[in-house]
Amino acid sequence: MMLQVDIQAQLGALKLDVQMDVPAGVTVLFGPSGAGKTTVINAIAGLFRPDSGQIKLGDEVLFDGRKNVPPHHRQMGYVFQDARLFPHCTVRQNLTYGGSHDFDQIVDVLGLGGLLSRRPAGLSGGEKQRVALGRALMSNPKVLLMDEPLAALDGPRKSEVLPFIAEIAATRNLPVIYVTHAMAEVTQLADQLVLVDNGKVAHKGPVIDVLADPIAAKYFAKRDAGALIECVVERHDIDEGITVLASGAGPILLPGQVGRVGVGLRLLIPAQDVMLSKTALQGQSALNMIEAVIDDIKLLPNGNLAVILQAKELPIWAELTPLSVRKLGFEAGQNVFAIFKATAVGPV
Amino acid sequence: MQFDPAFWGIVTLSLRIAATATVVALPLAVAVAWLLARRQFWGHRIVNGLVHLPLVLPPVVTGYLLLIVFGRNGPIGGVLYKLFGVTLAFNWTGAALAAGIMAFPLMVRAIRLGFEAVDSGIEAAAATLGASPRRVFLTVTLPLIAPGILAGTVLGFAKALGEFGATITFVAAIPGQTQTIPSAIYGLLQVPGQEGAVVWLVAVSVVLAMGALIMSEWLATRMTKRLAA
Repeated sequence: MMLQVDIQAQLGALKLDVQMDVPAGVTVLFGPSGAGKTTVINAIAGLFRPDSGQIKLGDEVLFDGRKNVPPHHRQMGYVFQDARLFPHCTVRQNLTYGGSHDFDQIVDVLGLGGLLSRRPAGLSGGEKQRVALGRALMSNPKVLLMDEPLAALDGPRKSEVLPFIAEIAATRNLPVIYVTHAMAEVTQLADQLVLVDNGKVAHKGPVIDVLADPIAAKYFAKRDAGALIECVVERHDIDEGITVLASGAGPILLPGQVGRVGVGLRLLIPAQDVMLSKTALQGQSALNMIEAVIDDIKLLPNGNLAVILQAKELPIWAELTPLSVRKLGFEAGQNVFAIFKATAVGPV
Repeated sequence: MQFDPAFWGIVTLSLRIAATATVVALPLAVAVAWLLARRQFWGHRIVNGLVHLPLVLPPVVTGYLLLIVFGRNGPIGGVLYKLFGVTLAFNWTGAALAAGIMAFPLMVRAIRLGFEAVDSGIEAAAATLGASPRRVFLTVTLPLIAPGILAGTVLGFAKALGEFGATITFVAAIPGQTQTIPSAIYGLLQVPGQEGAVVWLVAVSVVLAMGALIMSEWLATRMTKRLAA
């Protein structure tokens, strides 16, 4: 079922004007704090009334300027940043407050079996968010809204909850809107990526396409800008201490033992860590060298140049200074080698 | 009079008046506290002022106003008498009315603080789970403000038990009908040689007040534990 959002609202100095279609799968709303992301999902949940516009779920109009379906009739599962569990209820009572659809299965998947008789105050941050996720799912929502559900958690707790979210998103055929400004969550979860800046949608599309476009790079931290590629773990070489991945551009090597053989994973190739050479380089340490053709060269907002490459089936891009590009005479159509260290890329 | 029927009559009458006043005022206090804490409307300040008036007005003035309004010839008291044959003035129900009105602002204040302390985000979460505003109020808001309601009830009960000025003005101190512990103590003190009886009434007052405080502390700790563990 498709969720269609087209809303306008004046929020103090910020003018919110967002249009987006949300299909089944995970749509990540990404952008700086104060960009209006949370307001968008609050409007979808019915917790915020926009000034004008329309929100439709399938054929059902939820908001159109006059009509405004109240939150309790919208069937939107909402996982808040601060969990918002009912402090006076046990975990079991929290979970079943909005219904108990797939109770056993959800308790099992989220590992909540041991917590059912506890109260929220006795739970860790990660446990609270798992309960909040389970509670939203058991209400049998038509859409799942998540507002930075991992932001309040520390690193290890994040990696405790993230796989659960990924699994639920993958196994349930419903639109999931996930608000974050953490790149790792974008690369692990997103099917669609919507970049929100200053109340407007700056870019939207399949995550791989958006990240392959250097123009979207300014919305990410410098270390995070770069192409996202999908690989499959081919083998582990324990003696050499590497993992070999199969990708559309040939094998890619990673340090250490990553994933299980046969498992798909996404790899972010930071544009600042990709080096280009006209010839196949010998006698250097970087393990990954893939042949590619220069597709285009674009100017980045910071004055550097984005050299966009087609490496067999994969689009990747490198950030170079104008000086490098001029000295080596790079231009569209040229064959080059893209070189990056195994340690520069990692499963995100 | 030490432990004779008259003594126990005074004590039970006081308890009955205070309990009736508290029980009747409580739902109204919850409603008014909700209105003041959660709703913006024209006349917010006026309602707030009226609710708090008995707290700052001399109790005798409150009692006199009650007599004017609820007396048998008063605008409300007259209607009650004509329609239902009910008389409040110089009757124990009138004492309960006076005690309730004096206790009301204290109850509203405590419960309003409870409403203001509830995270409205938790109520919004309940709404997204399909709960109607009514269900949210009954299953989320009320349990969360229970400590505030408890504090308001104990405070209101203690105030009602000790009310003197408005009560004696409105309903006087008729033995067996409207003579409460405070008015009995006052009356006995006007008669030489009755200090012995006063001691026991004072002791009962202290025991009742302490009992109410200890019970509310115990309940509050239990509630806080439930929320925190």
